[in-house]
Amino acid sequence: MKTITVRYFAMFREHAGVAEETLTLDVGTAADVFECTKARHGSAEPTGHCKVAINDEMADWSSVVSDGDTVLLFPPVAGG
Amino acid sequence: MLSMTTAAIDPDELRKTLFDAAAGGYCAFEGWVRNENDGRTVLRLEYEAHEPLAIIEGDKILAEATRKFPFLHAECVHRTGILEIGDCAVWVGVASPHRDEAFSACRYIIDELKVRLPIWKKEHYADGHSGWVNCERCAQHGRTSSAA
Repeated sequence: MKTITVRYFAMFREHAGVAEETLTLDVGTAADVFECTKARHGSAEPTGHCKVAINDEMADWSSVVSDGDTVLLFPPVAGG
Repeated sequence: MLSMTTAAIDPDELRKTLFDAAAGGYCAFEGWVRNENDGRTVLRLEYEAHEPLAIIEGDKILAEATRKFPFLHAECVHRTGILEIGDCAVWVGVASPHRDEAFSACRYIIDELKVRLPIWKKEHYADGHSGWVNCERCAQHGRTSSAA
């Protein structure tokens, strides 16, 4: 099990009801973290439309997460 | 470089930062808040960003543009917070010796910014509802706070 801090943005924050939470999860990758939070908060967004960062660096969904990491979950972006 | 601001964007002031004796052309893009999207009347927009990564990604885009379309100077500013109809949400300016590079770089920068920066846009509609742009799939599942 790993202790992971998850940060939510925009729509994800509204779904979660919090901007950030620290969870104890049995996960290997960023995608695993996303799946856990989707199950927890009921989001249906597929990873293909979303982006992820680990410790404030853009990452791939296959990136390995380590105990103590902060995972940032970005819903589909819409700048401009 | 790219910067983020909660204050009104002043294109006239920004334009001056690009003046250069070697520049023969200048091209700018202003993104404005409009009053309609997908047939719905929009009253205002709310922009949210994760600024540290938006700035890093924005600077990567500007570096890419420099390599593709050699120019002299480029600047970009994106606003966050509540914006009203007609407000400038994003400004991109490029100065170069000749116009082709200015047009091309400006187009490249705004196109990439829109799809790569961690910035989100919430529309507030005249009917009292609201919704996050590009998050329709979630709205279909009834999870967006008040999107119809």
